[in-house]
Amino acid sequence: MSGTSSPATSASPSPSAPASAGTAGRVPRLRRRGDQDTRRPKRSVLLTVLTGLILVYTVVPLVWLLISATKTQEGLADSSGLWFADDFALWDNIGDTFTYNDGIFGRWLLNTLMYVVLGAGGATFLAILGGYALAKFDFPGKRGVFAVVIGAVAVPGTALAVPTFLMFSKMGLTDTPWAVIVPSLISPFGLYLMWVFATEAIPVELLEAARIDGAGEARTFFRVALPLLAPGIVTVLLFTTVATWNNYFLPLIMLKDPDWYPLTLGLSAWNSQAETIGGDVIFNLVITGSLLTIVPLIAAFLLLQKYWQSGLAAGSVKE
Amino acid sequence: MRRTTSRLMRGLAVLSVLALGATACGGSDDDSSGSKPVSADDVQAALKKGGSVTVWAWEPTLKTVAADFQKKYPKVKINLVGERSGDKHYTALSNAISAEKGVPDVAQVEYFALGQYSLTKGLTDLSSFGADKLKDQYTPGPWNAVSEGDKVWGLPMDSGPMALYYNKKIFDKYKIEVPTTWDEYVEAARKLHKADPKVYIANDAGDAGFTTSMLWQAGSRPYKVDGTTVKVDFSDAGAKKYTDTWQKLIDEKLLAPINGWTDDWYKGLGDGTIATLASGAWMPANFVTGVPNASGDWRAAPMPAWTKGDKASAENGGSSLALPALGKNKELAYAFVEYANSGAGVQSRVKEGAFPATTADLKTDAFLNTEFEYFGGQKANEIFADSAANVADDWSYLPFQQYANSIFNDTVGKAYVGSTKLIDGLKSWQDASVKYGKEQGFTVE
Repeated sequence: MSGTSSPATSASPSPSAPASAGTAGRVPRLRRRGDQDTRRPKRSVLLTVLTGLILVYTVVPLVWLLISATKTQEGLADSSGLWFADDFALWDNIGDTFTYNDGIFGRWLLNTLMYVVLGAGGATFLAILGGYALAKFDFPGKRGVFAVVIGAVAVPGTALAVPTFLMFSKMGLTDTPWAVIVPSLISPFGLYLMWVFATEAIPVELLEAARIDGAGEARTFFRVALPLLAPGIVTVLLFTTVATWNNYFLPLIMLKDPDWYPLTLGLSAWNSQAETIGGDVIFNLVITGSLLTIVPLIAAFLLLQKYWQSGLAAGSVKE
Repeated sequence: MRRTTSRLMRGLAVLSVLALGATACGGSDDDSSGSKPVSADDVQAALKKGGSVTVWAWEPTLKTVAADFQKKYPKVKINLVGERSGDKHYTALSNAISAEKGVPDVAQVEYFALGQYSLTKGLTDLSSFGADKLKDQYTPGPWNAVSEGDKVWGLPMDSGPMALYYNKKIFDKYKIEVPTTWDEYVEAARKLHKADPKVYIANDAGDAGFTTSMLWQAGSRPYKVDGTTVKVDFSDAGAKKYTDTWQKLIDEKLLAPINGWTDDWYKGLGDGTIATLASGAWMPANFVTGVPNASGDWRAAPMPAWTKGDKASAENGGSSLALPALGKNKELAYAFVEYANSGAGVQSRVKEGAFPATTADLKTDAFLNTEFEYFGGQKANEIFADSAANVADDWSYLPFQQYANSIFNDTVGKAYVGSTKLIDGLKSWQDASVKYGKEQGFTVE
């Protein structure tokens, strides 16, 4: 994964002072703006160790999850957390996860996909429209909108959950998928991100050129602006997807019927069976289910990594 | 039964309790539905006509009961919704009642939480269906929990007369006698921990349900409830007996600092870290599925007594099925509740491992002679039934016990982690409960 101790560190005699190592280093950094310096950046023992620690900190839970998913309920109690038990039950566990309780896990998986496609997809679409409009059009009250958006970013969704519940229950929408999808459509952070991105990524001259050529506003947006926004769109899509995929609190108070649960609620319900009199204790299925739950997210990140990274870096370099 | 409420959930629970209180005032004008007598013929007619009943309950054996009930009354559809338990269940129930939308026709309500819903007129008085005549069917503890004067707020579904579960393998290994009094229990705790520092006699990191059960057994009666007049007092002799004994275990660090119902807990029960567990008679089912690797190691014994020879016991846990006042299809809902908790449903539930609250089922030979494979063939039901018969019936919980339990860790919980004494912790629990009760409009003495 990451290179640990490196020969280059011998260049800086004091490993505990990485900041000074940068300035007092033997190789003057700006001697030549060649590619040699960027290819072999200075290394610091402290930073390497820190990164290593963080790597362990982030990877160990995943390793634990992966190993634990191969154990039976008995094996979980008997064996050490970071090594395999005698019996390898991963395939059995996966099979059981999908068949337990009439295969409700599959239903939860589909529910989650639906919430993500409609909720995160819709949120992204609305964020693109709003961000583009705010970035490229002038209208009265724009500063007010800015204040509202920034304020909305600061309010955690959980704080709004109870008022939202009361509102939705007056509309008769609780315990339906709409109660999860509609609030998910609003992503102030996504809107803000799109706004900033659109300001940077779309030259006003380009829009003016399109208008002079006779393109209508809709056509300008879809044919000219949208392709330029692609990296930003992917970033917002990833953020909203992760937020919707992991959303727990909103469905928790909105939904009662397990048939509409997303994976988060379903797994929590399986887990709390262990806290119930006479309940079936199925930690092995909870763990396997959790593993299966993060697989699509990992896949999405790996597939979209290229766009996502370019999106995050956008605007950081003046061209 | 459940522990470790996150602060967020607690806040939400409080919010919904407040909301519940608010609607109780508005909704009280249509409580005529609760007092009109409904005859058995009305119920039969409704069963013939058919309809659907939504049941919010997590009791696993109800699945079979619902299926059987639908077979018997094909026109009735039982819609069993039950993935949630504990706090989440009550939050959802309180939210639905305060929103006056989506209220279930039948809800599982634990004994300690019944008062909160009955007092805010959230439940239907089942005596209008003749449920008050079922009194003699039930053991005194659970019946006392569901009834209030001539009103009946639910039918007892199960009960949790307490027993002491102990890991025989560990006790045998260190040649320690199974304690019959709490003094012997403390002595056994010292011996065990000395013999193997990894072994603790019990886990306790502060658990409201356990503490109230222990006070119950020790003869303490901290809560007195008369309508909206309540009294909270942890200064009686029974409470002192409990705190004196338990304080020794805390001071000498003889309790494993493990929260109940966590994976750590199940692990500890399996690997010998936790050597005993004083809990309800429903525990065997959880042993079987949660601690499969220790099958054969554990046994049940009567609860240790406070004075040698005393047989007094207490209840831990247990729940009822109740009819929320805003639910529909009351006749069908009642028919289902009666079937599940008093009729043929009880038998099928007992077969699946539920511990009944009905005296007749506790006395059958088949029940008493059941050999528990998990307990090495022990006829544990004899111990449980004996315990059920010795539960005092004058215990009551607060009408806002759910809230009180939620602040247990902020008050009494300090005794487990700091220098606070258990008895002082109880005092501050008392003060906080009194304060809350006054804020809610109760007359607190």
